[in-house]
Amino acid sequence: MSNAKTSNDVLLEVKDLKVYFPVHAGVFQRKVADVKAVDGVSFTIKRGETLGLVGESGCGKTTVGRAVINVLRHVSPGVHVSGEVNYYEKDGTVTNLLALSTKNMRAYRSKIQMIFQDPFSSLNARLSVKQIIAEPLEIHQPNLSAAEVNDQVVWLLEKVGLQPEYAARFPHEFSGGQRQRIGIARALSTKPDLIICDEPVSALDVSVQAQVINLMEKLREEFGMSYLFVAHDLSVVYHISQRIAVMYLGNVVEIGTSDQVYFNSTHPYTRALLSAVPVPDPERKDKQRIVLQGDIPTPMNKPSGCGFRTRCPIAKPSCADAPPLLDTKSDGRLVACPYVQVGEPMGV
Amino acid sequence: MSNTTTTQAVSESQSETYGQFVRRQFKKNTMGMVSLYVVFGLAFIALFADFLANEKPIIASYQGGVSTPVLKGYAVSLGLMQWTTEETQRDWKTVTYDWVISAPIPYTMESVDKTAISLKDRAPSSRHWFGTDDIGRDICAGIIHGTRYALSIGFIAISIALAIGVVLGLIAGYYGGWVDILISRIIEIVISLPTFFLIITIVAMLQDTVREGRIFLIMSVIGLTSWTSIARLVRGEVLRVKTMEYVTASKALGFSSMRILFGHVLPNSIAPVLVSAAFGIATGVLIESSLSFLGFGVPPTVITWGSMLFRVKASINAWWVGLYPGIMIFLTVSAYNLIGDALRDATDPRLRQ
Repeated sequence: MSNAKTSNDVLLEVKDLKVYFPVHAGVFQRKVADVKAVDGVSFTIKRGETLGLVGESGCGKTTVGRAVINVLRHVSPGVHVSGEVNYYEKDGTVTNLLALSTKNMRAYRSKIQMIFQDPFSSLNARLSVKQIIAEPLEIHQPNLSAAEVNDQVVWLLEKVGLQPEYAARFPHEFSGGQRQRIGIARALSTKPDLIICDEPVSALDVSVQAQVINLMEKLREEFGMSYLFVAHDLSVVYHISQRIAVMYLGNVVEIGTSDQVYFNSTHPYTRALLSAVPVPDPERKDKQRIVLQGDIPTPMNKPSGCGFRTRCPIAKPSCADAPPLLDTKSDGRLVACPYVQVGEPMGV
Repeated sequence: MSNTTTTQAVSESQSETYGQFVRRQFKKNTMGMVSLYVVFGLAFIALFADFLANEKPIIASYQGGVSTPVLKGYAVSLGLMQWTTEETQRDWKTVTYDWVISAPIPYTMESVDKTAISLKDRAPSSRHWFGTDDIGRDICAGIIHGTRYALSIGFIAISIALAIGVVLGLIAGYYGGWVDILISRIIEIVISLPTFFLIITIVAMLQDTVREGRIFLIMSVIGLTSWTSIARLVRGEVLRVKTMEYVTASKALGFSSMRILFGHVLPNSIAPVLVSAAFGIATGVLIESSLSFLGFGVPPTVITWGSMLFRVKASINAWWVGLYPGIMIFLTVSAYNLIGDALRDATDPRLRQ
């Protein structure tokens, strides 16, 4: 691959990722349509970087995370996944994870890990904390002795801020925040380069959210990992991410640095999304709310061309022709709309 | 931070495995423990039936020598020794011993008390604690020897049912698709068969070909027809469990399908199955009793609790003929059901007390 991006700092490159779930109906369960959950998503994650992935529910952000970690075909048999998820080793070798067999994928399992949204169903209630954290160690480092595994478990528990004495307890004895820490320890146990964080704090109280977010931030700096941080809460994503990608109806509509996206959003959808973020300042009246008309279209029957055109305040007839490509704007960000410019009001 | 002390703290406090946890929780359930002891008691009776009810003495000194006729009985049935002609002719009760340790119930299930003819003689008394049936066989001896069949019927039948049901349910639930459709249809076909009449038909058909092992035929048929509910239960549980995020996590961690299936999915799906299995043992005992009561069960020479109930028809006024085997069936069935309940509570860490 003679790409300019094959420099040392790229860890993962997602290229034209498409995930279609077939819809079956009728007596003979014939395929009648596809749910185009992800429809041509591309982005890169650098080493040590947190990429935030935001969008409203149903836009396909969770599916992107699960496609990157390559578990979709196990979770939903019959799913159609295409595109590339290229994993870059430190020495420059590139592997397309989606093309790997289940057996060959196993070697890469330790390098990409996942933290889940629901801290209650993401831990096996029948296993003690020690068993939960030790099991991946036993799989990926089978030559460790029992004492070494024990040391690792203690070390990991301390890293995530839990007392080593908790190792003997079972998951139901912990609060949501503590369970999420156990999930983080499990993900860390294989020393991954990338952790997919699937809404890791949206099930937690706000006070606990901050603790877990700060812990994740501390761990990222210490271990030099990257995060793909999937969430719908923009302020949380802004806090933890270096760059943010915004998704709408299975497509990325805008990618830029956190400040670019958060303070100076450009795509009409991003502008509308950010104007909906509540600002805790009763004096501030200047903020202009953009209220979108209509509902999000079904991913089973997407509009032609730009997916956002049915709700876009500046839609033009030509928007129905072809899906807009990600367009590099003046400050380097990518926006999937040719009719808007950075810093300019919409509607030109 | 002293790393060694914390490590020690972990290894000490974490000494409890899941099995130990379940055992500790189970012990807190009084009814479950009582039932467990009832089953242990039944197992003891089944194991030592020959020493508890036997017309031959356990150890006796007579004719100038010490002998152990019960143990010799085992040796004979294994083909190691032979009864002497004198011994086969002998009526062990009339022998004059120098000293003797005899079984507490001095009858086997086959021994007929020819003096017990009138209803009054056959009623429970100091000679026959639980009375005798219409041809003078001791009820208590029958119950003791019948325990063997009662226990083995339940266990063998449910083992067959579990082996088939758990495997098919796991495969159907976990792999889904056409495998699931195929297995579900098979389950529905088997469920639609009227089990009891199927068993009666099979037993009636094979009555002449299978003589010796009729009891095993009945066990197998009960097992082969009662796996469907277990398979359905396992399938449903697996469908529920496999959508849990810890299964996705296991996949993301690169665990093999076998490890996920047997290490994560099965343990989380098995608790209702254990309960169902305990009920299944109870049902197995009941089905055998019903079959024997109707006369389709074991041959007349084999005494099970069910076939003892069958004798009630021959002497309708003798309440003891039906009562004691009935109590035993009730006790056994209830014990298994209560064990199942206690097991369900103990296997769920969320119900930790």
